[in-house]
Amino acid sequence: MEGLVNIFVRSVFIDNMVFAYFLGMCSYLAVSRTVSTANGLGIAVVFVLGITVPVNYLIENYFLSAGAMAWLGEGFAAIDLSFLSFIMFIAVIASMVQLVEMIVEKFAPALYSSLGIFLPLIAVNCAILGGSLFMQEREYANIAEATSFGLGSGVGFYLAIVGIAAIREKIRYSNVPGPLRGLGITFIVTGLMGIAFMSFMGIKL
Amino acid sequence: MSKSEKEPLFSAKNIKLLSTPLNDENPITVQVLGICSALAVTVMLEPAVVLAVAVVAVMGSANVIISLLRKTIPPRIRIIVQLVVIASLVILVDQVLKAFFYDVSRQLSVFVGLIITNCIIMGRLEAFALGNKTWPSFLDGVGNAAGYGWILIVVAFFRELLGSGTLWGYPVIETLGFYNLGYENNGFMILPPMALITVGVIIWVQRARNRKLIESN
Repeated sequence: MEGLVNIFVRSVFIDNMVFAYFLGMCSYLAVSRTVSTANGLGIAVVFVLGITVPVNYLIENYFLSAGAMAWLGEGFAAIDLSFLSFIMFIAVIASMVQLVEMIVEKFAPALYSSLGIFLPLIAVNCAILGGSLFMQEREYANIAEATSFGLGSGVGFYLAIVGIAAIREKIRYSNVPGPLRGLGITFIVTGLMGIAFMSFMGIKL
Repeated sequence: MSKSEKEPLFSAKNIKLLSTPLNDENPITVQVLGICSALAVTVMLEPAVVLAVAVVAVMGSANVIISLLRKTIPPRIRIIVQLVVIASLVILVDQVLKAFFYDVSRQLSVFVGLIITNCIIMGRLEAFALGNKTWPSFLDGVGNAAGYGWILIVVAFFRELLGSGTLWGYPVIETLGFYNLGYENNGFMILPPMALITVGVIIWVQRARNRKLIESN
């Protein structure tokens, strides 16, 4: 349990998707004009990362990595399909997003209408594929750890996007030099937020 | 690029496809696409150049393939078709990098895979390759990838020079003897947030020189 909390906290604050790896920057910059839309996208990302990372973990460990198919019998033990991981992960993500979209539409129409266009867009959000690829690279020991990592990364993204949206709402009232307006100042503020998040470095539970 | 014998291939319109993404329509600083994978590999010049070349290769060929298939792809499933094409090309690039440039491939880690979800590629496929002939699509792909690449390389140049005092691993500052004058490397430049601030400054410089890009708010 302690390990799980540790992975969660690590992925929220220290290995933050946005500030440490710049993943999901496209939607982070495009959808952070107001807090309410940022909120919707953030929730959707937490949702999808929390589902796709464990699913891809299972696929990675029972089908793709070297010797993973040993459970199917002797003849399968020597197969190494790890070169297929990109295409499998992206296929899982695209179909999961579709599935999540249908489930949310059926059972939580209010959430569905508030997420709107963001749900399908998430399929091409780098943070989602990045989550699966980091999961593969860091070799988590079991599915619980992978889930905790997925949820943590999602929450990290949520914090980042809601934070920048709040700041951008305020920036509108200040006198930014012309060429810096819009994109430029957003980049610099994100950099400063990243520096702030670096102060969490070394936290361990 | 030689445009002497094949004039029709490089007509003014086609040249424009290649050159506008470098400045006026730059994918990173104007269209805000593809920032995801761009910033994390810019600590050193070498991986940045390798990633830029990889993106040029993937994007040029993806645009050609989608443009060739554009009349046969049913619109409803186009996204998944595009993803499959991009993912296959990225697998090729990844395997080539692992075979011939293993060290760089280790440094790039997940960012080779993340070319798949690089929004420039999807964006240009959607916006251009689906509706245009093969040759202009190729130029558009290469132009946009180059526009992405040069930002990447400029950021990496400054971060490596100021952060580590080297260029492509060669100790420039030490050779010039600045350390003896009391100069010290700015370790801050190596940290991730400085990539964002460097890009912010590049945007500032670019828009100050090119005033029509300034946003109203």
